[in-house]
Amino acid sequence: MPLTGRPTLTRGAKMRWDATRERHVLLGPETVVVLNPTGADILGLCDGHRSVADIVDELGRRYDRVVDDEVSGFLEKLVARRWVVISSD
Amino acid sequence: MIDGPLGLLAELTHACPLSCAYCSNPLELTKRSAEIGTDDWRRVLDQAADLGVLQSHFSGGEPLLRRDVVDLVAHAAGLGMYTNLVTSAIGLSRPRAEALRDAGLDHVQVSIQADEPVLSDRLAGISSFDKKMEAARLVKELGWPLTLNVVLHRQNIDRIGAILDRVEELEADRVELANTQYYGWALRNRSALLPSRAQLEHAEEVTRSARERLRGRTDVIYVIPDYYARYPKPCMGGWGARQLVVGPEGNAWPCLSAHELPLPRANVQEHDLAWIWRSSPLFSAFRGTDWMPDPCRSCERREVDLGGCRCQAFQLTGDMTRTDPVCHLAPDRGLVDAAVAEANSDGGPSRSPQEPAQEPVLVPVPALVSRPHRAD
Repeated sequence: MPLTGRPTLTRGAKMRWDATRERHVLLGPETVVVLNPTGADILGLCDGHRSVADIVDELGRRYDRVVDDEVSGFLEKLVARRWVVISSD
Repeated sequence: MIDGPLGLLAELTHACPLSCAYCSNPLELTKRSAEIGTDDWRRVLDQAADLGVLQSHFSGGEPLLRRDVVDLVAHAAGLGMYTNLVTSAIGLSRPRAEALRDAGLDHVQVSIQADEPVLSDRLAGISSFDKKMEAARLVKELGWPLTLNVVLHRQNIDRIGAILDRVEELEADRVELANTQYYGWALRNRSALLPSRAQLEHAEEVTRSARERLRGRTDVIYVIPDYYARYPKPCMGGWGARQLVVGPEGNAWPCLSAHELPLPRANVQEHDLAWIWRSSPLFSAFRGTDWMPDPCRSCERREVDLGGCRCQAFQLTGDMTRTDPVCHLAPDRGLVDAAVAEANSDGGPSRSPQEPAQEPVLVPVPALVSRPHRAD
């Protein structure tokens, strides 16, 4: 995963807080994905402006530990399932 | 505590410009005059959101025949729900589509009956194919993700390659190639709709290669006909487990076909959705695994298949508590085997699936019973 790429949720996907289940959820056509808190934090930073490196830095500060593999592994999975697109221009 | 449902299927009306012979609506359609009103649907959506519903699917019939569909989409979107319109695309004019987009609609599913107008229009019972193509392009133009829904059966399954070419041309984000499920209208027309084994093998091969070709562009979802499966489908993810359906007259159901079952009704005009979901006899009837007879009760797959489909058991055996007859372990599997044998008795389709015709070929249709457009 290129660290300079800027991830964003794919068109038609939405993340929101689910008060009933007390979790963040990712919503798409006919699909609901329940997110863990780290996943929700990563996706919350996928705004199409921040690069993967920016997200790693931000979460590293927030959690006070190294999160490179966690971030890129999570995003790779979501890219493969077309929840996230990465723009590189 | 019973988990809340994730999805609500709102069948706003049974009226439809199409008259497909495999329609999932009941044989006895609800009259337009018996439909619940806009305020009733708003209340249902409020109660659904409170119960934990995250996605609302507006369906029918043709949901665009309801003049309040834009209001209802806006209401659901305002509750934070993911909103989905399941439409024939008839009535999806540009102004209507723009109003839906402004209301916050997230996703559109357009049905097509075949890859080209002659067969598609014949199956739909109305000239509609060109309008569907136009509407599908409009969906993309307005920035929605597009899903194309194709119900597969004996009359169109050999054209699956050409259907997938259309999907590619329209740049659909998803395609659902769903073999017909045999309930209601489709069960009545089963002998004209159930494909042969050779047809299915061809379709699965074409779908596999298309899935490779379209990877990263279009999600290709293929649903096999359960008559050809060894195990039943875990219908609706379990009875009263994940989804609920509310019909045009306000009756709530654990699945699309449950209206056929001899169970007490639960109507949103008489009860709130939380009571219906958690406590009604209807939604409690087959929740969990305690209701199961053998062979399900002692089967290691009971939590996987969840006993299959109660409606299928009822429709084929007259007893809704029987094991789903499509399971190869079911005492009633012979009922399904007989239908499968009939579908394969004439040597399969009228032409070799290995050499699909380039031009549409109209095969004689054995007495398809079209559903009426509306009940009144």
